[in-house]
Amino acid sequence: MIAEKAVQSRGPLLMNPDPDEARKYFRSKSRAQEGKLMSLKDAVERFVKDGDYLAIGGFGTNRTPIAACQEIVRQGRKNMGFAGHTSTHDFQILAAGEVFDRVDIAYIIGLEARGMSPCARAYMESGRVKICEWSNFSLAARLKAAAMGIPFLPTRNMIGTDTFKYSAGKIMTCPFTGKTLALQPALYPDVSVIHVHEADISGNCRIQGIVISDDDLARASKKVIITTERLIHNDEIRNDPAKTVIPYYLVDAVCEVPYGAYPTGMPYEYYSDEKHLKEWLTVQKDSTAFKSFLKRNIHDCPDHAAYIERSGGIDRIQELRAKELLLHKEETHAKL
Amino acid sequence: MQNYNIMELMICVAARELGNGRTAGIGTGAPCAAALLAQKTIAPHLVIMFESGGIDPILPELPVSVGDSRTFHRAVMVGSLFEIMQTCSRGMVDYAILGGAQIDMYGNINSTMLGKNYLQPAVRLPGSGGANDFASLCWRTIIMSVQDRSRLVSKLDFMTAPGWLEGGESRDQSGLPLDTGPYRVITNMAVMDFEPESKWMRVISINPGYTFDDIQSNCEFELLKAPRIFTTKPPTALELRILRDEIDPNSYIIGR
Repeated sequence: MIAEKAVQSRGPLLMNPDPDEARKYFRSKSRAQEGKLMSLKDAVERFVKDGDYLAIGGFGTNRTPIAACQEIVRQGRKNMGFAGHTSTHDFQILAAGEVFDRVDIAYIIGLEARGMSPCARAYMESGRVKICEWSNFSLAARLKAAAMGIPFLPTRNMIGTDTFKYSAGKIMTCPFTGKTLALQPALYPDVSVIHVHEADISGNCRIQGIVISDDDLARASKKVIITTERLIHNDEIRNDPAKTVIPYYLVDAVCEVPYGAYPTGMPYEYYSDEKHLKEWLTVQKDSTAFKSFLKRNIHDCPDHAAYIERSGGIDRIQELRAKELLLHKEETHAKL
Repeated sequence: MQNYNIMELMICVAARELGNGRTAGIGTGAPCAAALLAQKTIAPHLVIMFESGGIDPILPELPVSVGDSRTFHRAVMVGSLFEIMQTCSRGMVDYAILGGAQIDMYGNINSTMLGKNYLQPAVRLPGSGGANDFASLCWRTIIMSVQDRSRLVSKLDFMTAPGWLEGGESRDQSGLPLDTGPYRVITNMAVMDFEPESKWMRVISINPGYTFDDIQSNCEFELLKAPRIFTTKPPTALELRILRDEIDPNSYIIGR
């Protein structure tokens, strides 16, 4: 009964799940193992276009490519589609820039326990953004389907709920077991940005800690921009290829951006800057103050290094590194 | 005068529901505190999984974000979101602990929007995140909520995550995995389960200092009563010491 009622979902399908359309694109994608180094400014200029569908790597306030989000806002991209897969600080930056006008939603607006982003909420309540509901697993499954080159993956979540009703999923009966299944259509983003720990100049990438969905995201996306904490030599990649999470042929641009996730956290490198994230949430309550905050922290910064400098520079990074490495928990350090 | 606050009580009650050697899908905040308390008391081998990919971390302190590095500190494996959710789907995750802006009598949860019209919400909320997935796929869902009439409502504005859907057999017939569903609702006033036939919420235990009337008057729908209603055991001195000194020394969660 429930299944029949749920068969009609009402949400808009924002991207074409046709795997042969995607294959046409991937057929012509370069396989050349060549240097792809460029500045983040150049990468965003070349590969992030008005109207494209954008996906951002990482999760919550962890390993999110904030440098790239700020560059996208700085360059004034508009009318983009967006995949909100537990999208928090990245979401509020892009919402502040009114970069997107349609969103596949799993988790947006909130910054988890820190509270809700007023600017992101106002933008989402304005009626100017077309929306479609999903869940984290559904978006992950949609990327997995795209990575596999199939039009959908069946799952057993979402069934019977309004999350399904306002998604663009479908329900089918399993031909083997007769079970009711939710179908998650493949999602092929036009472009994605992923922040990693290490990459070589052609885009072979290593991630330390959880990959979240970035392995599938890189495979599902037509164009991939990598921002990396640091560059490493190709020999290092080849000496330990098991560590490669993203192979070079998925990647279009490699940008070395130290602290590129700041003020979100980067595992084993630096913890999230809770003070700065709180300032972001507080300053939004006053629209004039928020405008000058955005001017100071995004528009007037030529690049991410300038933003880091304005946010306390190396001293602040050192504090966040100590916090990440739990040095405050070490007896001897605590006594200093 | 009681020597604990409602958050401490709710965390202790939730912790006692978690079995040793079991697996739990956990978020930040009170659910994480409950899982840690269980590990340090009755369930030392409770396996914590975070949806972002951390499996069996030894948490050095409370994480601020569901994917921060604390969520896989000294873990046995770092996986992906897909890995965690396929493990739930395969039937290997026993508990999920969830909250929400609205909960109905069948334990269905809303965390998506408030208002009568989905397209013109009075308040837009974050959405499902992993809540729909955990509530669909884990064996037992434990819901934590403050008890008042705006939270425990007769009709959700939006059903984000499934409870017993429309009650009775509706969940089992829906296509959601068999035998899964909401198991407990833990509030500041009471502990509830779901009457086995109708799947309607019923009070099984009343927290010290409250009466059934208090509970009912802070709930929009009519609550059932279990054949025998207990008084919730208050937090023990040991539970409170561990919670305050080891788990949340800065009172991030219990201080609210």
